[in-house]
Amino acid sequence: MMRNRLILIVFVCCFGWLGARAQSYENAQEHQCLKCHSNQTYTFHNDLMERQESRLMNPYFVLDTIALKAGVHHVFDCIDCHSYEYTTYPHSANIKLEPLATCLDCHGGDESFAKYQFERIDEEYQKSVHYQTYGDAFTCSKCHSQHTYTATARTSSNVQEIVEYSNNMCLSCHNSMQEYKLVSGKDNPELVEVHNWLPNQKLHFENVRCIECHTQVEDSLMVSHNILPKEQALRKCVECHSSNSRLIASLYKYENLQSRKGNGILGTMVSNDSYVIGTHQVPLLKTLSYIIFIGLIVVIIIHTIFRILNRKPDDK
Amino acid sequence: MTNNNKVYFYPMWLRIWHGINALGIIVLIITGLSMQSGIDSGFIMSFDKAVDAHNISGIIVTLNYFLFLIGNLVTSNGKFYLVKPRAFIKRPIKQAKYYSWGMFHGESAPYPLSEKRKFNPLQKYFYILVMYLAVPGAIITGFALLFPELIIEKVYSLSGIFVTAVFHSIIGFVISIFLIIHLYVATIGKSPLENFKSIISGWHHIHHGKK
Repeated sequence: MMRNRLILIVFVCCFGWLGARAQSYENAQEHQCLKCHSNQTYTFHNDLMERQESRLMNPYFVLDTIALKAGVHHVFDCIDCHSYEYTTYPHSANIKLEPLATCLDCHGGDESFAKYQFERIDEEYQKSVHYQTYGDAFTCSKCHSQHTYTATARTSSNVQEIVEYSNNMCLSCHNSMQEYKLVSGKDNPELVEVHNWLPNQKLHFENVRCIECHTQVEDSLMVSHNILPKEQALRKCVECHSSNSRLIASLYKYENLQSRKGNGILGTMVSNDSYVIGTHQVPLLKTLSYIIFIGLIVVIIIHTIFRILNRKPDDK
Repeated sequence: MTNNNKVYFYPMWLRIWHGINALGIIVLIITGLSMQSGIDSGFIMSFDKAVDAHNISGIIVTLNYFLFLIGNLVTSNGKFYLVKPRAFIKRPIKQAKYYSWGMFHGESAPYPLSEKRKFNPLQKYFYILVMYLAVPGAIITGFALLFPELIIEKVYSLSGIFVTAVFHSIIGFVISIFLIIHLYVATIGKSPLENFKSIISGWHHIHHGKK
């Protein structure tokens, strides 16, 4: 009896270990789903023809396994969200119609996620042009891929990285003919052309997020989700290029960026890996320039007074 | 060329260069301050207009700088910018003493201007520093900022653009300070406006040490 139990335990453990290994994202080749969905081609046994067949994988269904492992949802397996029926191939047609969970289905009303303010995000998002135009069909996942999502704005200490990650969300549709048409039914506007008015366009695109100009900045929210209609987008340079720059309330507000700033004047200088005219001023140089300027004016005034006082005897 | 106590100091090309340079640099300082100051520059002109005006003036001043360089190479004007090694430090100090003490005590200028001496030693040093160091520095950093993709991305942990922009602002400030001193010292003449008339007409009055 005891012996049988031991065999059973060993068997369960081994099977469990193999099963766990098979479902890990660590090795895509051994993952039941990823062995096909991380490749351009896949091979299966055609029972009707009784032979092995290779097919091309739909490129939109190929997953980036590195991004998948780095994503916040990497602890979940595919079938935690997708139907268990996907474990067989060919996949049956009707499971493709199953409703998938949205962010709020898991994260809404949960105290442990309170700091991410999912409800506030939803509230703001519902005011946005995306929701106003396309309603519930425009889900969170249109911008935030659940497969690969990372909270870059909260974790990265590199401005360019935050900008690139954020802008790629917008560009995935707004710079893709197919994706844009899928949602809007229209052709996407030429981004470079519509932003032609912007000087140094490339620099702007690399160093500020689209949402800096295209959203209503909310102090109480980490990332503003109220995407405005294009007519309301910001076009005034001084909104960013000033000492009370809008960027301070948006892109530069993150604690992870703030923490790079050392104390004092040099610290602020050294922590700068970006530069915005009018925003990134060096306090030490500013003070020094005032002192030199005022000093010079004082000297000139004194000199002028002496010249005036001296003029009279000369003229006599 | 002399005429009674007048010397033809400023030939036509030099006056054209000086006029363009003066206007260009004034526009550069105003627009530069307006962009850098970080306040809403709309009270003078909008930010984008200030950027355009700054870029255009910068290009004009640069082209004009070549006129200055070539003019000084091909005419005899260039020799006024050469420094004599003798009493290298003493000479400008003597001139500075005159400005701060001597001129109020009836002393005559230690280095009176003549056809052979267009600048006093202090003036010469300032002009050399501004025209052969500050202005080329402003031009180089300015063009780098005009084509920011050419700038090295990182200088240690600093952004290359940030470093270039800081240098550009410092040089811009130095030139602005020079301009104030230049304008003020120009008022030290027989009458405060005399030197301003000279740079327009080309003729300079010599009061002491006539040739």
